[in-house]
Amino acid sequence: MTGSRAAGLTLAWRFAAFRSEGFPLLPTLILLTLALVAISANAIAPYNPEVGVLGERFRPPAWQAGGSAEHVLGTDHLGRDVLSRLIFGARVSMVVGFTAVIVAGLLGTVLGILSGYLGGWVDQVIMRITDTWLALPALTFAIFLAAIVGPSEMNIVIILAAVYWTRYARVIRGEVLSLKERDFVRLAIVAGCAKRTIMRRHILPNVLNSAIVLATLMLGVVIVTEASLSFLGVGVPPPKPAWGLMLADGKKGLMAGYWWLTVLPGCCIVLMVLAANLLGDWLRVKLDPQLRQL
Amino acid sequence: MRRYILRRLGFALVSLFLLSVTIFFFVRVTGDPAVLLTEPGASQADLDAIRQQFGLDQPLWVQYGSFLAHLLRGDFGQSFYYRTDVLELYLSRLPASLLLAAVAMAFSLVIGLPTGIVAAVRVNGWWDSAGKIFALLGLSMPSFWVGLLMILFFSVYLGWLPSSGSGTPLHVLMPAFALGWYFAAAHMRLTRSSMLEVLGSEYVKLARLKGLPEALVIAKHAFKNALIPVLTLAGINLVLMVNVAVVVETVFAWPGVGRLLYEGIAFRDFPVVQATVLLGGVMIVTVNLVVDVLYAMIDPRIRYE
Repeated sequence: MTGSRAAGLTLAWRFAAFRSEGFPLLPTLILLTLALVAISANAIAPYNPEVGVLGERFRPPAWQAGGSAEHVLGTDHLGRDVLSRLIFGARVSMVVGFTAVIVAGLLGTVLGILSGYLGGWVDQVIMRITDTWLALPALTFAIFLAAIVGPSEMNIVIILAAVYWTRYARVIRGEVLSLKERDFVRLAIVAGCAKRTIMRRHILPNVLNSAIVLATLMLGVVIVTEASLSFLGVGVPPPKPAWGLMLADGKKGLMAGYWWLTVLPGCCIVLMVLAANLLGDWLRVKLDPQLRQL
Repeated sequence: MRRYILRRLGFALVSLFLLSVTIFFFVRVTGDPAVLLTEPGASQADLDAIRQQFGLDQPLWVQYGSFLAHLLRGDFGQSFYYRTDVLELYLSRLPASLLLAAVAMAFSLVIGLPTGIVAAVRVNGWWDSAGKIFALLGLSMPSFWVGLLMILFFSVYLGWLPSSGSGTPLHVLMPAFALGWYFAAAHMRLTRSSMLEVLGSEYVKLARLKGLPEALVIAKHAFKNALIPVLTLAGINLVLMVNVAVVVETVFAWPGVGRLLYEGIAFRDFPVVQATVLLGGVMIVTVNLVVDVLYAMIDPRIRYE
């Protein structure tokens, strides 16, 4: 009873603190809206995003001459409704982005904790691999992996996780190194706690803040990388409506001036990435003063 | 000093070793390398020939040995599409990439340095806010989308600039800007924080106490010192630009190594893809080594860490 009340109080207190220190309301709302759109895509999209009518190719948006209210944001080179594709594209970006960030985060956090806490050869091995993978240009590395395993949504998540876990591992390891010297960890050692218990009960909760901040900041990076891979044809395979893929298709109509096929998907990407970056920047300052320099 | 350099060199060699292991490992583990190393649609006889040639029936460590031996001789294999040595192909595309990277770097410094300085001198001023927005956009907009928008505006609507290809100075403008914006944002942020740090230092206070005019304090005492980390980052970024330009080069059909990588994917030309990744990694490891050594030469404190 008291426990839950205390928890309620801290929550209320935290919320008040959030409000008072420039909580980025707009970015949060943008992300929530995009998430809602992604979840309810089936209900709100007016057309099937993967099937077009060839007789209705390259229709401009409704407000332009030649446009109609049937296709509010126009149609693409196969006569598919752009609005529906954008709506379902939000789902692809959200699912790929969040899953990749979480998988990379889990992998990087676990390896970072192991590396920092156990030290010795475990640390050496993990950190040398981390350094090497960090030296590989992320996009090139991702393209290389995609060329090997072939395109699918699942593979994209694995590739992004494989490329980006190193960022987490490096930061988390640094945090663990300083946590290791703190009294509560030393007491746990003296009390005879097993290593895995210490790592799970005492180290992990204390690095979660950093992991969350990093994850938010990585979300934007991951979404741009996914869009780049899809744009190059090694990401989400067609006819799936991914924003990066839409840009690749849109390029076909670019010289003819079909601007909506290029401008609109890009705006969606920027909106999502911008929101994630703003939220991440704010979280960094709030949750984790040590990362302020990042 | 010599010990420090040797240690750094050792680290770099370990990194290169792990790099080759990583690439080797991924190619073998994720499926049949013979399929990747032969042309698409190759016959069973061709597959067997490749297995024989690369010794794919041998134990892994023997395979790795021969893989590494080939790399050390500069033999990255033959391109399926161009029918030439991959390394030669890569080197023939490198000048175009370097040109693009150099112009993009010039853009990023011309924009990033002054805005960063003004933002630091007038913290929280109007200019600082404008700079923050510029930087945030630069870090959030995918470079290839910036490129596409520029084509739409400057090529399709205004007809001022060529939409793709290379050859004239006009061709390089749009890809360089699309590529450079992100880095301009990064350079602006670093210039700003570096300037803020220097402006708070004792010697700048002394320069002010001496009664030097503010412009001189900023230009001569603060800026010169704040420039060091920015130029270091710029040096590393120049190499990075060559390696992240793949999407921008694809958008503008710019004939650099990024475009080569794209062709490698599009034509399923695996040796080209593999070589591009390997050489990109080698470049970055080398630059990091050079930067570390230069820093140690300039700043003796680093040597004794």
